[in-house]
Amino acid sequence: MHISFLDPFQARDSLVHRLDPRVKAVLTLLYVLAVSLTPQGAWAAFAAFLALVLTAAWAAKLGWSYSLRRSFIALPFMLAALAVPFVTPGPAIYEVPVLGWTVSEPGFVRFVTILLRAWLAVQAAILLTATTPFTDLLWSLRNLRIPQALVAMLGFMYRYLFVLADEALRMNRARAARSPRIVGAPRPPIGWQARVAGSMVGSLFLRALERSERVYAAMASRGYDGEVRALVRFQMLGLDWIVLLGVSLSLVAILTLTLVI
Amino acid sequence: MLQSPVPLHIPDGFLTPLVSAIGWILALTMIAIALRQTRNQLGERQIPMMGVLAAFIFAAQAINFPIAAGTSGHLLGGALAAIIMGPWAATLIMTAVIAIQSLLFQDGGLLVMGWNILNMGVFTAFTGYVVYRFTKSLLGRNPVALIAGGFVAAWLSVEVGAIATAFELAASGTSPLSLALPAMAGVHALIGLGEGVITSAALSLLQVSRPQALEMGETAPGRRGAIFVVTAMALSIIVALFSPLASAHPDGLEFVAEQQGFLTIAADAPYSILPDYTIPFIGNPAVTTILAVLVGTLVVFGLALLLGRLTTRRQTTGD
Repeated sequence: MHISFLDPFQARDSLVHRLDPRVKAVLTLLYVLAVSLTPQGAWAAFAAFLALVLTAAWAAKLGWSYSLRRSFIALPFMLAALAVPFVTPGPAIYEVPVLGWTVSEPGFVRFVTILLRAWLAVQAAILLTATTPFTDLLWSLRNLRIPQALVAMLGFMYRYLFVLADEALRMNRARAARSPRIVGAPRPPIGWQARVAGSMVGSLFLRALERSERVYAAMASRGYDGEVRALVRFQMLGLDWIVLLGVSLSLVAILTLTLVI
Repeated sequence: MLQSPVPLHIPDGFLTPLVSAIGWILALTMIAIALRQTRNQLGERQIPMMGVLAAFIFAAQAINFPIAAGTSGHLLGGALAAIIMGPWAATLIMTAVIAIQSLLFQDGGLLVMGWNILNMGVFTAFTGYVVYRFTKSLLGRNPVALIAGGFVAAWLSVEVGAIATAFELAASGTSPLSLALPAMAGVHALIGLGEGVITSAALSLLQVSRPQALEMGETAPGRRGAIFVVTAMALSIIVALFSPLASAHPDGLEFVAEQQGFLTIAADAPYSILPDYTIPFIGNPAVTTILAVLVGTLVVFGLALLLGRLTTRRQTTGD
């Protein structure tokens, strides 16, 4: 079993897929920023942002619900904001039966706003990775002046991510195979199980270390000198500029309209 | 299966843009130093080694063991990486892990990634490294020191990351500190136990099967500077703890608002630099006060870091 299918890239032939990855990376970041800057309770603006991300998903031929379906990953963190409706001062709009806690109106607005921001931002990020091969995304990061050593490191990590994750899953499977649970017998103590997991982590580290030595040796024998070079792979075309300007202007317009009205 | 084992990945929207920006500035500073330090440490090996070991940490997070009621113990890995490779290398490794988790799997936001890197990378790496070395220097070179040091270092590193997260959420008005701090610290005190056992077991396996793998961390750059980074972090936490927001008052936020006079000096600087931010995006004066405390402590952190850097440079040139 290989876990490479976890790569979220979705191959399609669409306008969004053909865009320069730099345009997509910059627009995603601007979108997240715009959503974070939108004031609390500006529901119309949030609706407009949602329409924007759904349009992008549709234009990418992913189906309008693609990002919706995958956007629930940020939900568990919602717990962190759960106290907001109860502790924000303001007129009470709801009282929790038995406990007597009151939900204040500004607190409720702030809570929903936080969730909306997180939900919309995640959708934009999902679209970015679904329409951009990760190597192209890395190329655009490097091109956008992220330190090249860091980007090269991310590239190596991406390359060996699935190799080592496969290795880890194989170790998990081997452990499961040699530790059948006997019905009626007591479960092994947690401390012992944790020590087994720790030993697995230790040997995975040794394998990774040796692999990195082999990788380096193979690179050195092919003339690697510590510098990672990348080809120029994308040129900004007319369409790229149009999309870049069009989407950023509409983000600014939504934000300005919200702040003015 | 490969999702974040430790609920510390802050998604976008949970921190204000100003708080996020502070996180990015600090994280980028640390990454820049880490890039230079590991370049000195590893030379041409830097990129392939850091990349593959980052993939290792990501994969190691998939190795788990069942605890109870469907939950399982996992590894975050910052302390383990720091003990084996040194704190700066671990900073880079964890940066790569967090960046990939966010970019590829949307585990953690983009705008807030600076803080995610600090919480799960920088803070865990430096806390883990210093605590481990301190415990070892107390107990001497023996297997018990290795196991105890690894356990305490890993447990504390998770705890520090969780506490930092609570402060960031409070500074953004997402959760009052009086709730976030005990909740995060409490939950991660338990999660940290798994981290501790796995880390110390991994270290003792390395000690037995490949002791020279542990020597890398002993000679890594940052072994002297690390203590300064941790002192600065500890100072930040102490300043924050002794500020009124952490008092036993039922609602720290409201209490701080009444005590504004206490913090006018600290509050002045961020107000004057970014006056507009206080009204539309943060609104709550108490939150801006907490933010001011945070900015103040971060300045202290930065100064101590600078001091540490200068001192270590003098030491290395003196060698």
